[in-house]
Amino acid sequence: MMILILLAVSFVAAIILAFVGDRRFAHEINIIGSAVTFFAGLGLAVQVNMQGPMLAGGKFFFVDYFNVYLAVLTSLVSFTTAIFSRRYMRREREHGRVGHWGMRFYHAMFQLFIFAMLLALLTNNVGVLWIAMELATLSTVLLVSLYRTPTAIEAAWKYFILCGVGIALALFGTVLLYFAAERVLGEGGEALLWTNLNQVSGQLEPTVLRLAFVFLLVGYGTKVGLVPLHNWLPDAHSEGPTPISAVLSGLLLNIALYALVRFKVLVDGATGTHQAGYMMMGFGLLSILVASFSLLRQKDIKRIFAYSSIEHMGIATFAFGLGGPIATFGALMHMLVHSLTKSSIFFTVGHASQIHGTQEMDKIRGLIKGNPLVGWGLILGVMAIVGMPPFGVFVSEFLILTATIKDAPIFTPFLLIGLGVAFAGILRRAQQMVSGSVPPSHKSLKAANIPVILHMVLVLILGIYMPDFLNQWFHKAVELLK
Amino acid sequence: MNQIYPVIIEILQIAILLIAAPVFIGWIRMLKCWSQGRTSAGILQPYRDIAKLFTKDVVLAENASWIFRFTPYLVFGVTVLVGAIVPILSVDLPLSATADVIVLIGLFAIARFFTALAGMDIGTAFGGMGSSREMMIASLAEPAMLMAIFTVSLVSRSTSLSQIVHVITSKGFILRPSIAFAVLAFILIAIAETGRIPVDNPATHLELTMIHEAMILEYSGRHLALMEWAGMMKVFLFAGLGIAVFFPWGIAPKDNLIYLPAAILFLAIKLCLAGTGLVLIETGLAKMRIFRIPEFLGSAFLFATLGMLSYFILE
Amino acid sequence: MSITLAAQINSILAALILLTAFGLLVQRRIYGLLHLFAWQGLFLSISTGIVGYVAGVNHLYISSVLTLGLKVIVLPYILHILIIRMQIRKEVDTVVNIPTTMLIGIALVIFSYHLTAPIIELSTLVTKSTLAVALATVMLGLLMMITRRNAVTQIIGFLSMENGLFFAATSATYGMPLVVELGVALDILIAAFIFGIFFFQIRTTFDSLDVNSMAKLKEEE
Repeated sequence: MMILILLAVSFVAAIILAFVGDRRFAHEINIIGSAVTFFAGLGLAVQVNMQGPMLAGGKFFFVDYFNVYLAVLTSLVSFTTAIFSRRYMRREREHGRVGHWGMRFYHAMFQLFIFAMLLALLTNNVGVLWIAMELATLSTVLLVSLYRTPTAIEAAWKYFILCGVGIALALFGTVLLYFAAERVLGEGGEALLWTNLNQVSGQLEPTVLRLAFVFLLVGYGTKVGLVPLHNWLPDAHSEGPTPISAVLSGLLLNIALYALVRFKVLVDGATGTHQAGYMMMGFGLLSILVASFSLLRQKDIKRIFAYSSIEHMGIATFAFGLGGPIATFGALMHMLVHSLTKSSIFFTVGHASQIHGTQEMDKIRGLIKGNPLVGWGLILGVMAIVGMPPFGVFVSEFLILTATIKDAPIFTPFLLIGLGVAFAGILRRAQQMVSGSVPPSHKSLKAANIPVILHMVLVLILGIYMPDFLNQWFHKAVELLK
Repeated sequence: MNQIYPVIIEILQIAILLIAAPVFIGWIRMLKCWSQGRTSAGILQPYRDIAKLFTKDVVLAENASWIFRFTPYLVFGVTVLVGAIVPILSVDLPLSATADVIVLIGLFAIARFFTALAGMDIGTAFGGMGSSREMMIASLAEPAMLMAIFTVSLVSRSTSLSQIVHVITSKGFILRPSIAFAVLAFILIAIAETGRIPVDNPATHLELTMIHEAMILEYSGRHLALMEWAGMMKVFLFAGLGIAVFFPWGIAPKDNLIYLPAAILFLAIKLCLAGTGLVLIETGLAKMRIFRIPEFLGSAFLFATLGMLSYFILE
Repeated sequence: MSITLAAQINSILAALILLTAFGLLVQRRIYGLLHLFAWQGLFLSISTGIVGYVAGVNHLYISSVLTLGLKVIVLPYILHILIIRMQIRKEVDTVVNIPTTMLIGIALVIFSYHLTAPIIELSTLVTKSTLAVALATVMLGLLMMITRRNAVTQIIGFLSMENGLFFAATSATYGMPLVVELGVALDILIAAFIFGIFFFQIRTTFDSLDVNSMAKLKEEE
């Protein structure tokens, strides 16, 4: 029941906002919709916490410890992003960067995007997962080109084409998976249910699954932003409106990774080997290295954090590929804290570029003096994302490193190099931006402070103290993903 | 008696080739005239042309070497030899055992090689141009031709034409994508090899477009008659080859003289249809620029390769 | 209709789908592309119907009708309208010349065959052999998207890939469950609307649909 509410609210909100998206109260509707979704998510979490994993809607939906926390995270970040977007988008509207239809479209698609992500998380059907992922892409494509500048359109086109190709390959992988599953589970919808697939993973044909995984990895890997399939990601993040960058980076990448991890468990279960894991490790490591060196060269403030997202997705992918209880625990936590931190960074980055009227890092100066909340929010967020204690990212990265040293020591230096380069690269840039005097072009604005503060506090808490229920969820999720 | 039958059939087939080739060309020209609303010169006009050329004197260029004089006889001879190999009427051909389909392509290549040499022999600009164009087409058409033939050989597990005909007729009609592709490729190649529209126009002497006509521009008298006759037989033989390989139903099986009249009738019907098809293509299409010909033959190669691949993939 | 005959017809259709995929690769004129794409959809639709008949899987009929409506009528029509409205140049530019593209395409077909050979052995369906063709169609669509620099041709390549995927689903498994097929069709429809909007956006911003004009976003800006 809770699942249906969770999904229905955002869908209904999308339809309503398609009509009233440019009214004065549209932002509030957006926030209320996201808030209700968030509370439904919390309700679902409580339910799972008490009753354990469950099926709903005639096996169509399912919740276990892996996807429940992602569902809560998704609804939380979309809620805070809605709050952020109220002030941010209002200002964009006043400055004429977005028109009447643009606002209606923006609001409707924002909610539809949340709906698609929640559907992807909660569905029990591998095919529906694919459909939801495609829907999530399609709903954001036109948001990336919302500003109608040449670069924005180019970015959106790239996003559309690359992700379209990727997702098409993923569909081929899904067909192959169905082909293998059908032989064991029989024809029809039953053969595509996660719950059924996981039970019979040992009987599935290994040759087919191995090939299927290659396609799935390339397909969903494009969405995760794994190198060398990452080309769309920095463009889409830098050219779209900032709330969209925040949810793309904080949520969509997570969902794609979620799909990939589920498939990895299935395939490794079928083949009885660790091949899928090795492939993920390879892609993960490559992403970490390439992204961390690429971000050194960036001049655009949103692009640098987009590359940082690739790097962190690489870390999580690597850790999931590595397997083992510690690495998996670390990866689960990393998905959580990265998503919170990165979306908070994008909130402050959005305001910073509004204040200075540019996204070029060289022209952004004196944020702390000009707007303390934005300045401090940015620098704290950056400290968190590069893995400084006492923030949560430090803990998750520490866990992953420990596991790497234990299970795959040869990779440790590469991991450390990647982390170190990213650390230096991002921190150096951020420091320049927040310190110094305020340039004359500075425009003051009312920043959305609640989302930033909320996210940073959560990341801080997670770095110091892990709540008991979360700890249990993660442990049980680790069991599931073994 | 059994030893004599094949020899009779062989002689009959060569005779039919020599006699029917001009009629076939006449049929094509007649159809073309009708389709363009002109009055035709009659189905027997090619005979009259050849007969007229034989009565005329040969005019030789001063610097013509033996190659130039030798080529018409060689081309004519080779074409007749090919006609003795291709099972047009019956599979019971003694000469057919001496050469398979690959040799057959080689024989055509010899004829072409000497024609090209003869074209360059006099040293006129048109002859050299025609030769170079002809060799360009040949270099592209032959691999495609081999591919198409290989596809059929794969299906029938033999490169001997008699064997191919035998296997395909005995299996009955099966829808095979590989053969369908090979037919397509073969039609394109046959058009290019025999110099028909859209690759070459046999009815024109326009300097910029001619290919085959440019090479034989210097010939006259009986030489020209032989070259023309050989050219007609080539068209006939390509039609016959296509029929034998792809639509062999109706060709007489071994040791069966009684079936021969029926085989001749079938051949006549099939050739009429083939001629009609050719006329449809020729009136429907415009001659393409010479630079587009590589693409035309490239697609023939593509069809042939796809045919071969789909034999492995789909059958 | 006997099963062997149906299998023969199906493999002929597979060959035709492969042929149209190649045709899309080598076709220069944009209307030619559109017609070829519509033909491909038609072959796919017939093939789906035949497989549905042979296998007795009724929902494949729905899938077949969907393909017919979407891929043969609606999408080519939309594209046709867009081409007329935007007065797109009738000749299509390519990055790699056409013979090379063909050779790469042939290599891709062989690669697909090699890749799917072990899977085909496992299958018991009469349509199993067409799986390689399906994968090849996907690959050729991908190749088309890479080698063509025009937004419309890229989209046709994308849709042709999608055709290959549908074909894979019917040939390897007698079709995915209905809910999945419907969802995929819905996604394609939405994608069609989005690229329609896109064409106008690109057109008004860049004055052409040549993707090369979109090269501002590079690593070093």
